[in-house]
Amino acid sequence: MRLVLDALTIAAVSAGAFFFLAGTVGLLRFPDALSRLHALTKADNLGLGLIVFGLLFQAEGPLTALKLIGVWLLALLAGAVVTQLIALAARPDGPPA
Amino acid sequence: MADFLLAAAAVVLALVALGLVRVARGPEEADRIMAAQLLGTGGIAVLLLLAQAVAMPGVVDVALVLGLLAAFISVAFAKAAGHRVADDPARAGRE
Amino acid sequence: MSLAFALDAILGLAVLAVAAWTIVARDAFAAIVGFVAFGLLLALVWVRLAAPDVALTEAAIGSGVTGGLLVAACSHLRGDAAAAGIEQPRAILRLAAAVACVVVTAGLAAIVLLLPDPAPTLAPQAAAQLAQTGLGNPVTAVLMAYRAIDTLLEVVVLLLALVGIWSLAPDRFWGGRPGLRQHEDPNGMLVFLARLLPPLGVLVGIHLFWVGAVAPGGEFQGATVLAAMWLLAMMAGLVDAPPIDRRWLRLALVAGPAVFLAIGLAGFAVAGAFLAYPPDHAKLLIVIIETPVTLSIAATLGLLVAGPPERAPPG
Repeated sequence: MRLVLDALTIAAVSAGAFFFLAGTVGLLRFPDALSRLHALTKADNLGLGLIVFGLLFQAEGPLTALKLIGVWLLALLAGAVVTQLIALAARPDGPPA
Repeated sequence: MADFLLAAAAVVLALVALGLVRVARGPEEADRIMAAQLLGTGGIAVLLLLAQAVAMPGVVDVALVLGLLAAFISVAFAKAAGHRVADDPARAGRE
Repeated sequence: MSLAFALDAILGLAVLAVAAWTIVARDAFAAIVGFVAFGLLLALVWVRLAAPDVALTEAAIGSGVTGGLLVAACSHLRGDAAAAGIEQPRAILRLAAAVACVVVTAGLAAIVLLLPDPAPTLAPQAAAQLAQTGLGNPVTAVLMAYRAIDTLLEVVVLLLALVGIWSLAPDRFWGGRPGLRQHEDPNGMLVFLARLLPPLGVLVGIHLFWVGAVAPGGEFQGATVLAAMWLLAMMAGLVDAPPIDRRWLRLALVAGPAVFLAIGLAGFAVAGAFLAYPPDHAKLLIVIIETPVTLSIAATLGLLVAGPPERAPPG
């Protein structure tokens, strides 16, 4: 049982780290502010989400697991709104015609 | 498992630290805010991984506070950047 | 090379690189983003140094609220690039500052690296007396019991800083509301966030304040989270900054330091020294002090970032 949980954690955390890699590469290499923002949201949502998912299998109790999920939901909410606000700051007149 | 989590934390940290290059290069304010936002999310991930790898109480609380304050500061940045773009005659009215 | 060392090395290099770039950055806004990033990384450093209380404070006050303060200041400067440019210090001054920083850093490094092993420390005595204070977190015991005088002075200093910021207002605005009225789309993203996040943030802030007795946390960290949520609501235009001459506001600001001072002076009568607690009631007194102090610090920090009054008082 322990082995299965550990394997799941390793798989999920590795996938999460991969999305962080994708997000960083996108942030550094994409040509335009809005496309970089798009890459950022992948790291925000999936990167952190998969890492939290992997850590759930290692959590000592339901309270810790709930706290982890709570942190992820907070990051999700904040990330969703903040990326919209950043996009507004980058393109105050809306999308190009 | 603790070793793997430490390694994952190091990898994520290296990645988001690399992303900070975008703070230096810009060129727009939005790019700099984005890189700081990625650092915030990466920091949360690193803290959660560390909380499990090294048994220290309260690290998940640090991640929680990081999330809340990162949201607050990103909003402040985005508002300020919006004002800057609107005030700058060379950039306002573009597109 | 162990994994922990690799992690710490990456962290150390990143901190140094970001700090160096922030100093040489030309644009004020970019430098502020760099400063906030530096603060976030520093919070990670504190966690690696096994100091989660300090990490909480760094992430909240050092990075978040100070960043908000700097952004507000930068916004006030934005029309005034010429005036800001006049203030560039001369090269000789910058060189002197750099030399002074290097000397201080070298001195600190020498002290830390040349400490005998085991280093001299009061930690065992602090831990031994913990039971008498009724607390479980030695950091809170130091802040609120062993060195409560320092905490009292910190709270008063924050209040004085607020008075200093208020004194920047032109005479005609004295007593008015800080900042300009924020107009945000009531159906927009920011208002959505400002409705959803503050209730959760307030819960987290109260949790941090309460759990500080036994785990990393405390009144400064909790109060900062509360202040950040208030500022978020102000930025979204959901609440307007209160006029600074309101009695309830001034009461909220001084309640914390006043209660702290009163209990401190009562310590002369009850336990023989300033800020001494009678042994059986230490925990109760600490909670009685901490509750208004949390409120006062939250109000003070929120008003610090809101800035000096920029609107004339009504009537």
